[in-house]
Amino acid sequence: MNTPAYRDTMLAITGGRAVLRADIPVLPMSAFQDAIANAVAKDGCRVVTHFGLPDPTSDELIVLYAVLAHDHTGRLYISATSAPRSGYPSLTPRCFQMHLFERQIAENLAVPLHGHPWLKPVAFPGSVDRRAERSSPFAGADDKVGIMDFYHIDGGQVHEVAVGPIHAGVIEPGHFRFQCDGETILHLEISLGYQHRGVQRALKGGPNKRSWHYAETLCGDSTIAHGCAYAQNVEALASCRVSPRAAAIRGIALELERIANHVGDLGGLAKDAAFLPTASYCGRIRGDFLNMTAMLCGNRFGRGLVKVGGTGFDIDDQLRAELLRRLADAQQNLLPAVELLWNTPSVTARFEHTGILPRKTALELGVVGVAARACGIDMDSRRDHPSGIYRFTHLPVVTAQGGDVLSRAYVRGLEIQHSIAFVREQLQSLPSGDTFTPFAALGADMFAVSLQESWRGELCHAVLTDADGRFEHYNITDPSIHNWFGLAMAMRGGQISDFPLCNKSFSLSYCGCDL
Amino acid sequence: MLEQLKTRLEQGYRTMAFPDGPPPELPGRFRGRPIIDTARCPEGCEECVRACPTDAIQIEAGRIRVNLGRCLFCTDCADACPHGAIRHAQDYRLAVRSEIDLTINNGDEIRLAAALNEKTRKIFGRSLHLRQVSAGGCNGCESDLNVLTTIGWDLSRFGISFVASPRHADGLIVTGPVTANMKDALLSAYHATPSPKIVVAVGACACSGGPYVDHPETHNGIGDLLPVDLYIPGCPPHPLTILDGLLRLLGRIENR
Repeated sequence: MNTPAYRDTMLAITGGRAVLRADIPVLPMSAFQDAIANAVAKDGCRVVTHFGLPDPTSDELIVLYAVLAHDHTGRLYISATSAPRSGYPSLTPRCFQMHLFERQIAENLAVPLHGHPWLKPVAFPGSVDRRAERSSPFAGADDKVGIMDFYHIDGGQVHEVAVGPIHAGVIEPGHFRFQCDGETILHLEISLGYQHRGVQRALKGGPNKRSWHYAETLCGDSTIAHGCAYAQNVEALASCRVSPRAAAIRGIALELERIANHVGDLGGLAKDAAFLPTASYCGRIRGDFLNMTAMLCGNRFGRGLVKVGGTGFDIDDQLRAELLRRLADAQQNLLPAVELLWNTPSVTARFEHTGILPRKTALELGVVGVAARACGIDMDSRRDHPSGIYRFTHLPVVTAQGGDVLSRAYVRGLEIQHSIAFVREQLQSLPSGDTFTPFAALGADMFAVSLQESWRGELCHAVLTDADGRFEHYNITDPSIHNWFGLAMAMRGGQISDFPLCNKSFSLSYCGCDL
Repeated sequence: MLEQLKTRLEQGYRTMAFPDGPPPELPGRFRGRPIIDTARCPEGCEECVRACPTDAIQIEAGRIRVNLGRCLFCTDCADACPHGAIRHAQDYRLAVRSEIDLTINNGDEIRLAAALNEKTRKIFGRSLHLRQVSAGGCNGCESDLNVLTTIGWDLSRFGISFVASPRHADGLIVTGPVTANMKDALLSAYHATPSPKIVVAVGACACSGGPYVDHPETHNGIGDLLPVDLYIPGCPPHPLTILDGLLRLLGRIENR
């Protein structure tokens, strides 16, 4: 059997490593696009991230990078190409996973993408990021957030429902535009950008004293996951090897983050199904896990726990014993509370067959994390692209087959149990040694990429350094980038009253996308 | 049904005694109000000033000032100080009534939030409905605001609740630095809230811009856009800090 062409033309690496920028193959545009399209369509690859930056040698050109993942072999494939600012053909019609990434490129670099079926703004950065306003495909249009050409359906019974940016609950802002036939949703379009605060722009020229704090606040509920990705990239660029003890503490923190958020989501799902017992219990028990993280580092979200070179805090015997005791207590309270969900017919009836995302659609969209595993897609970066402690300890990957709210809830329920077991095991067998390894300056003209399985799913940080070892470009791909369209597709044909429940079952981030 | 009742019994009564009883236990590593022991500071040392990611620390004529609104409560200053002069105390009480009170001269007492005047307290003291507006930031503050509505904290026992519409609200509780993209929505929500109304800023972002201070994509918090009645510092503030601030505003905690 022939090896697929992309494996010869793209550079194969594993996550958490840095390579010289000069080693990344620069392909002609057509070869670059063909390689991606074929790798995704014929060999089961996924588009992990795709981004562009100005070409320092020419005002007329931009440089595009793509990172693909081949999960079965644990390889990442990277390549680059040069594109004219005046525009180039979109790859989205042949590879749907490119669609949001290409929209970001069009928006941030003001490049028209010919033939993109859905070329609209993503984050509405206003005039700040626009380098060449006139060439922007959105120039002349109203630049205000949320004002765009929404997909629209006409017809006698058809009506439009607009929700947001401010929602009824205490949640982040975003705009949802439903096209409905009576109660049935024909189409949902999601328009974000309200949380755009210029983080990727501000990371340029780093690292500096604020860079780390950007990494920790990309998405507050995933502080540890984003922090680990950032730290791992800088460590790769500075050839710093983190101690086994620090790696284990990072793993403990990442799993505590996962447990806390999954518990909160199960409570939220119970609430949206009007089942108050589990809603109340899980809402409280989530706090028990956040408080364990606070015992580690003083902050419930894990601020300051991870740091470049290791961790900012250690675990002594007394803390270890206290954490183990609290873990057992929380587990004892949690399991019956979650069990109630599965044993209450009014809940399971509400969850089952609601918001189905077909497996085929999820694969086409490149959906990641819980939402993918709930469609029977057996993927998890902790196993497929392991780094840190996950290279030595494996967590079972949980899948379910329904693709509905019940499956997404059930996957969370089981993941909580595996994560609790993992945290207990790591606490009981913490490697000895220091928690911090000093590091030197960052390598010049390098590229590093890090993948982490956050509680939502795979997130990716990719960074390019310049000749002085500063960040020339820092690219962040939150799992929500892959998954928002999955939510939109899961709503098709559903009832508009199902939306809060479905939205909760995906539990996606706004700030992680808007950046 | 029996299983539900059994679970209910096992879960027990979980609402904390605070403020009538002691506050919930904070972890030993909790970082509350920063305290500087200036006796340890050699002349001309500005390591903490240089290390602070948001320039929250200033030294002027030998006096050290900390802007709690900007402070991320990280460890950068303490890590950078070669003399062990700066640390974060366990004091969770951080809420103040005015922007000026956010900046404290080291050694001075913090002027914790005073209660609303009697007339306003008469209106809001026993029933305060707030519309939350998330205007940028990282969703950390929103998460810990939601925690206040869980059974452990049970915010509604004080007559305080978060409502779905600004038209049903007595005020706004705002998080985030206010991105350019959220400015209009925030102002609309404010104007839709009937008077008299109050405004609460929660978290470093809403107090000062937080980690995004001076970004062209954001404002430096809500202070320049709305009249703020209560500033609650933190990144994000602990739920106890938020609750303490709200109760002080309503005159439910005084003289401590």
